[in-house]
Amino acid sequence: MKYIISALAANKSGVLTRVAALFGRRGYNIESLSACATETAEFSRMTIVLDGDDYVLGQMMKQMDKLIDVKKIRRVDEDAVLRELLLIKVRTNAATRSEVFEISQIFRANVVDASPEATVLELTGKPTKLDGFVNMLLPYGVMELARTGVTAISRGKTRLLDEEDYKEKI
Amino acid sequence: MKRMGADILISCLKEQGVDTVFGYPGGAVLDLYDALYRDGTIDHVITAHEQGAAHAADGYARATGKTGVVIATSGPGATNLVTGIATAYMDSVPLVAVTGNVGINFLGRDSFQEVDISGITVPITKHSYIVKDVRELQDVLREAFLIANTGRKGPVLVDIPKNVQVDTAEFTPCEPVRPAPKRVPREAQGDIAAALSACERPLILAGGGTVASGADRELLLLAERLQAPVASTLMGLGSFPASHPLFLGMMGMHGTASAAKACLQSDLILALGTRFSDRVALDRDRFAKGKTVVQIDIDDAEIGKNVPVTYSLLGDLKEALTSLLPLLPERGPRPFAEEMKALRRKELSSARTGGLGERILAEAARMFPDCPVATDVGQHQMWTAQIWPFEAPRTLLTSGGLGTMGYGMGAAIGAAVGTGKRVVLVTGDGSFNMNLNELSTAVSRQLDLVILLMNNRALGMVRQWQKLFYDGRFSQTTVQKRTDYVKFAESFGAKGMRIRSAKDIVPVLAAARAEKGPVLVDCRIGEDENVLPMIKPGATYDTIMTKWRKP
Repeated sequence: MKYIISALAANKSGVLTRVAALFGRRGYNIESLSACATETAEFSRMTIVLDGDDYVLGQMMKQMDKLIDVKKIRRVDEDAVLRELLLIKVRTNAATRSEVFEISQIFRANVVDASPEATVLELTGKPTKLDGFVNMLLPYGVMELARTGVTAISRGKTRLLDEEDYKEKI
Repeated sequence: MKRMGADILISCLKEQGVDTVFGYPGGAVLDLYDALYRDGTIDHVITAHEQGAAHAADGYARATGKTGVVIATSGPGATNLVTGIATAYMDSVPLVAVTGNVGINFLGRDSFQEVDISGITVPITKHSYIVKDVRELQDVLREAFLIANTGRKGPVLVDIPKNVQVDTAEFTPCEPVRPAPKRVPREAQGDIAAALSACERPLILAGGGTVASGADRELLLLAERLQAPVASTLMGLGSFPASHPLFLGMMGMHGTASAAKACLQSDLILALGTRFSDRVALDRDRFAKGKTVVQIDIDDAEIGKNVPVTYSLLGDLKEALTSLLPLLPERGPRPFAEEMKALRRKELSSARTGGLGERILAEAARMFPDCPVATDVGQHQMWTAQIWPFEAPRTLLTSGGLGTMGYGMGAAIGAAVGTGKRVVLVTGDGSFNMNLNELSTAVSRQLDLVILLMNNRALGMVRQWQKLFYDGRFSQTTVQKRTDYVKFAESFGAKGMRIRSAKDIVPVLAAARAEKGPVLVDCRIGEDENVLPMIKPGATYDTIMTKWRKP
């Protein structure tokens, strides 16, 4: 089963290494991890997609919570806003280009680069939507693709920063 | 007034009440050592090797309950600390390791003796720092001591580049912050009290957390109130008096048969500050099947990590037991406890059939009753855990989690420096050879150290496994070193003695006791003396092997 976790961590060098190293040595199966600076200079925000069960989820949250640099950690609610960005380079020629454009329109993807032999498309959405789009393009020849991994934010006025600590520190 | 980083470090150490540090100087800590010299109030124990210094700081911390401090230079000095830091991490020992590094301008350029020690120690510390601005140094050091002692204790590393030791900053004195004991949630206590009152065959399993939390008195009250027998993990030994009738000895792979039986027959296991490691819950799925398991621990990540629990309490053990005790009714004698006590009495009174090594240890325990005991890792370690009657916490210093051969010499030095008492080191010839260089440290300091070297010319524990599981193919375990350990001790300036047979035990140990300073006793034991009982890895307690079955 897949779980999505949001975390706020100290925005300094080495923090991502600590988190990634923890996953490595404890054997947690991570599908994606996206990290970036936030509205507060102090913190960076991570969104982690974990493949596992309730036991692994519990262990991972507790172990992450023990990292001094991790300030807040929460499992993302079912109804949270989830988004991922895809950039994909598809083999196109005069004959196939219009078909690829048509598929892009269905998915509301943008053409960000076009050349005689290839087209680069951009799509934002839920991971399942991105999967569907990639599947549709496979027959034309996917030359390469890049996905950001899921990023997530809760609905309504609540902020991760204001939430109570997952458990007392340390 | 502005002060140099090196002086800020000294001031911070003194602020934390540190009067003793262990370490080894070098190029990247010259300024730091100069500050130590100029200050002149902190006792610095120089070891033969940084690994010995790290183990000494660890032994000091375990024996005294204070924070151990170790200092090393950059590069190899820092990497030599790694095994010591990992040992402390696995056994939750509060340790602050301070390393020097090359100046900031040289970082990341593969400079001479440069290593990313804060990176290397990420998985074996609670936290690691590299301080790149002298203005941050004092707060980082204070935080390091706080982290090392808060919640589940453990090591913290602070790496200080050379220029940060020389740069100056304003120093603001500050009272040391004592970590508040972790609060214990009230909600869960009712359920636990009810379960403890309702059960018929409770067994208490005391772990290292009982020692770390100082909950030995509360444990005694609890066991007597519940009339519950107590078994201990290796790390918990000493937290419950071995002479108490409710004590069943160590539980686990080489634990007692009575503890194994109590574990099998119990209907409730009360686990105190223990993580159900694979040396206790050898088969974690079947270990507590059908039993009520109550776990009290300070580390949330340990609750239910290895063995599923019915009820749990998160918090400081001393606090938890203090608040739990009034909720429990006083119990009269229970059949289960009486049966287990009788079993243990029988076990203790029947003469051990062990070899010379075990007989030496039994006599040594009588001759050195109040000495802290350090061990290395292997057969001698298990014999010590089985035979030595530890009556008080912090009297056994042993590497339980990491199982570090070579731990003992450093740990014994740290304990002797920290307690001012005579320390007994029980070691084996395999382990001793890993850090025997530290005998020079013990001699320089004239520490009262009695080293019982169980010399079987073999790597006994591994050899025992080869006998059991590898059809006696003794690959690289029959070492047959030609070392004369008596001469070795004498060449280092220590006393050397030898026990060749049972008749030597009493006179030689008595002679060792009469000496001052370090004494090494070369105990020439047989290579086929085994550690029993034994439960095979991954097996259940009913398969306990109490007699050697010839493979």
